[in-house]
Amino acid sequence: MLLGTFDLHTFLFVLFALTACLFAAGVLFSSNIVRMAFHLVLSLGSSAGLFFLAGAEFVGAMQLMIYVGGTLVLLVFGVMLTAQHRFLEMRTNAGEWVLSLVVGGALLMVLLQAAFSVSQWNTPNTERSQLAVDESKAATPIGAALAGVRVDKLQQKDAHLRAGMSGYLMPFVIVSMHLLVVLVGAAYLARPRMAVRNPKGGG
Amino acid sequence: MAEFFAQYMPAGVAYTLTALISAALLLGVVGVGALFFIWAERKVAGRIQDRLGPTRTGGKFGWLQSLADGIKLLTKEDIAPADADKTLFRLAPYVSLAPSYAALLALPFADGWVGWEINTAMFFLLAVLGLEVFGVILAGYASGSKWSLFGGMRQAAQVVSYEVPLGMCGVIPVFLCGTMSLTTIGNMQAGWFTNWLIFHDPFTFLVFWVYFTCAVASVNRAPFDLAEAESELVAGFHTEYSGLRWSFFFMAEYNSMLVVSGLAAVAFFGGWNGPVPIFASWKAAGGGWEIVANLAGCINFIMKAVLGVMLMIWVRWTLPRLRIDQVITTCLKYCVPLAAFCFVGALSWQLFDLPSPNDWVPAERAGRAAVREPWARGTTGSTQSSAGTSARLAQGSEVHR
Repeated sequence: MLLGTFDLHTFLFVLFALTACLFAAGVLFSSNIVRMAFHLVLSLGSSAGLFFLAGAEFVGAMQLMIYVGGTLVLLVFGVMLTAQHRFLEMRTNAGEWVLSLVVGGALLMVLLQAAFSVSQWNTPNTERSQLAVDESKAATPIGAALAGVRVDKLQQKDAHLRAGMSGYLMPFVIVSMHLLVVLVGAAYLARPRMAVRNPKGGG
Repeated sequence: MAEFFAQYMPAGVAYTLTALISAALLLGVVGVGALFFIWAERKVAGRIQDRLGPTRTGGKFGWLQSLADGIKLLTKEDIAPADADKTLFRLAPYVSLAPSYAALLALPFADGWVGWEINTAMFFLLAVLGLEVFGVILAGYASGSKWSLFGGMRQAAQVVSYEVPLGMCGVIPVFLCGTMSLTTIGNMQAGWFTNWLIFHDPFTFLVFWVYFTCAVASVNRAPFDLAEAESELVAGFHTEYSGLRWSFFFMAEYNSMLVVSGLAAVAFFGGWNGPVPIFASWKAAGGGWEIVANLAGCINFIMKAVLGVMLMIWVRWTLPRLRIDQVITTCLKYCVPLAAFCFVGALSWQLFDLPSPNDWVPAERAGRAAVREPWARGTTGSTQSSAGTSARLAQGSEVHR
């Protein structure tokens, strides 16, 4: 019976996967910049849905916040500031198509090869109870490692490797400080250079 | 609920049915909330301006006014300007409404009464609320009108700036409770109102007001409603909209107000845990009593959220609109430093284990005080505790593999 075999999880997976692919193609084939951005939002949002479906809520929310929220709002903002008549309709010539197909195709090959070489992904995990446990533990090891507790340290047999396994906090802080410096620098470079009319105040 | 249905039908259908029921309930919250808040806003605005507001529709107090307006909007012609990008123009209201509806998914209404229980609910809510601006930008761009475009661009600048202090304010309850799960944050504030996070220390008290300011700005309400500034931009991003599509923007706005107020209620005001713990013993009794206690908690939570929305309405009709430079100044020169200062202050308070009002409440020692980890106090058993934690986590990752 069709109703008996209906699985909401599978249905949603197919739905999100299809919309992600469809709108990714939409980004390629539309020539209007704002529509491209809109398609990109839907495509990235669908992949966030895939993350949620896989139980990786933190990654999914991160995808929404950073890619869909931050980057695309900025992208659209930039597009609206720069969308002159010349750039409003993007025409791609044949050479660019060939080049991007070669680069994109090569990347796709690498990713496909990597995906099929993971043995756990080739055999379906049919143990339902196990799946639920997997989902609930999705972000905890990474979060603990960020706070300095590497849970995978206990499994590492090699003492030399174990000594090097520290938490992720320090690199994370360095990267964020670097980003902060870059932001401050960008704000400094972009400041308006207005002539001071009255140096003695007012101005 | 899904388990209950699964006794009578195939599992796939049961889960679909559960999802549909949750979705319909939340849609009811969006619809009824918008109707009620629009009516309330008109009454409050009327009273503040020394007039009556709607009085006739539906007998007393004009309480059916929003429904009548809704029917009127349904019958209006749905038009798109000739210069508009038709597809995007038609889609934009839905793009605006969808995130604010999705945000309700992760917002708990009582202990365990949540559309979708995720352990990163706070982060999810903040991420999703930031997406609502996308519909506004699309509407502004697709209308093909300079007023709309100005409105959309202002909104983009404003929301991108205010996400920063809003996130910093949201992170403080997360750090104090040690979890991003809103259900857990709410449960940890059980007991008397002194256990609410807003009364945890002076810094959390201060940061709530920063959060409130940023929340008002991020849902695009006066005095931060530059995207629709009537006196300058006709009606801003929704100038060209009519009928039901226009009303979708308002449903999105009122629903976002409810969501940010609900988030404040959970993160600072104990969520479903009242000022006085009346239902605590009922909850412990389990069974039907637990459902009654949860229902009371749900009403409690909704009252707090509605109170927050009323505060926003009060602010809107009291304060004049800011200029765009003042809006950005408020964000970058006041809200961000204040939020950062409170962040450091609240964490130090927790780190040095300074007294909190809840310590002087004799009755209930449950909630946050009970779950404070021993290593934070610097007492014995610190190594034991952390070893236990890592062992538990290792066990978790073992299972994960």
